[in-house]
Amino acid sequence: MTAKDSKHPLRGIRSPLLPAVLALFVLSVNAQVDETLTEQVELEPAPEAGAEGYHQPPSLDDIPEGPFGDSVRSGWEAFVNTRQHPEAKRFVGNKQNCGNCHLAGGLAANSAPMWGAWGIYPKYRGKNDHVNTMDERIRGCFTYSMNANSSEAGGPPEPDSQVLKDLQTFFFWSAQGAPIGKNLPGRGYAAVPEPQNGSSVSRGEEVYQNQCSICHGSDGSGKFADDGRQIFPPLWGAGAYNWGAGMHRINTAAAFIKYNMPLGKASPVEKEAVLTDQQAWDVAAYINSHERPQDPRWEGNKASTDEKWHTHQCLYNETVRGHTLGDGAG
Amino acid sequence: MHGRDGFTCGLFGFSLLILLMPTIGAANEAGKKLAQQGGEGVQACSSCHGAQGGGNAAAGWPRLAGLNADYMAQQLTAMANGTRSNPIMAPIASALSEQQRGDVAEYFASLKPPTMAPGGEVDQKTLHRGETLAQRGDWQQGIPACTSCHGLQGQGVGVAFPSIAGQPAMYLQNQIKAWQSGSRHNDPNGLMASVAKRLSDEDSQAVTAWFASLPAKPSNNDQ
Repeated sequence: MTAKDSKHPLRGIRSPLLPAVLALFVLSVNAQVDETLTEQVELEPAPEAGAEGYHQPPSLDDIPEGPFGDSVRSGWEAFVNTRQHPEAKRFVGNKQNCGNCHLAGGLAANSAPMWGAWGIYPKYRGKNDHVNTMDERIRGCFTYSMNANSSEAGGPPEPDSQVLKDLQTFFFWSAQGAPIGKNLPGRGYAAVPEPQNGSSVSRGEEVYQNQCSICHGSDGSGKFADDGRQIFPPLWGAGAYNWGAGMHRINTAAAFIKYNMPLGKASPVEKEAVLTDQQAWDVAAYINSHERPQDPRWEGNKASTDEKWHTHQCLYNETVRGHTLGDGAG
Repeated sequence: MHGRDGFTCGLFGFSLLILLMPTIGAANEAGKKLAQQGGEGVQACSSCHGAQGGGNAAAGWPRLAGLNADYMAQQLTAMANGTRSNPIMAPIASALSEQQRGDVAEYFASLKPPTMAPGGEVDQKTLHRGETLAQRGDWQQGIPACTSCHGLQGQGVGVAFPSIAGQPAMYLQNQIKAWQSGSRHNDPNGLMASVAKRLSDEDSQAVTAWFASLPAKPSNNDQ
């Protein structure tokens, strides 16, 4: 179910050592699989911007010529047009691009900018008890937000593969001048406190139909050009992020929505919103009250998967509109 | 019996086809007639929008050929009811019945957009600024890429996001001004008004020049 289909380097090798080599290979594949199939830890909120404002990434017009610049450009392309990028597209198992959740091509403050993420990895996480690298973190994005297990490759990119190198070269380039190891203002999404009354799927439906359906469709299926290019991403169903992606958490989706949506009305860099905290939470709940591709950490049934992996603010294995969520969509 | 049934069936089908043909043709014919000759209280659309619906760059009148039919019909309604204030178009749009608006919109939607872009005299620096705004936006000002709603080359997306590629720069600028002043307020969810209000005059000039420099393409279908 994972990267195994994309691994053929040993094909054709005939050697007495082959069984041993294969055993090591299988072990290493399993180790790689385990790295992304763990709990996605929520990070502490970013501090407010002071007088100096946010980190200013360089202009895309100033990407240098030469191999380094080529890698930055390729990484940028893979980020904004993931589904069209010749290498990255093999790992996309739904209809999303990286830039759907990281607006301005991963450069806008309060829209989970890559310059904010760059300096906080590698990071030790107690939950999976090892040092998580940026390489591994991006693979996690492919596994969950891009539903890589249903992609042509059958899993996320190999560690240290060209597409991960290019993406990281782009991140590094965008973060030039930013301090390393600091939780920068504008990193991630600006947290939105949970309203006193929690969230309501039915109130959220009204917000959705008034504010979101014009672009994402009343059925959440997004919009596509005649040539298949995505214009507005699907928010639920087979084309959406899966049940393991950060965005299926109501608090995370509310934080994204509040200062990023509707596109052109909210403004992440200026931290302007048109939705109230309540509306952001409600519509986040409504969007995430629909089926989407299964959690890749599936434990064989909804209850066990819920118990092991969904002890956070989400609707997995909750009953909404008479249906217990978590069947998956594909 | 079998042969006779088949014959009857065929005859019925043929008659149905004959009956339907004038209706199918009629919408386009009626639309074409309105476009080229006008009607009661309605001057011919082509007298301003061009014989092939290509628009008039110098006067700032938009291209209609190849635009989304439902979008055009909606705009005619908006110009009739004042949510899109336009002194020239208001009496014309008001004189058209709903059926006529649909007919004429369908006719122009069926026309091939002109291959030549209206262009204009702008320097490369302005065009570059326009392209940057169109394709990447200016997030410091809260402006997303125009193409994120209007489609990759501004060719339009469904009924809500019209084609702006190959539209005269002056027409596009006039629309941005209309959103800014509120004289046009028929956009879904106020999306365009919000973006227009963030655009400076300079940026408006640059981005409209860039879209005007693109060849028009038929609208994307809403999928």
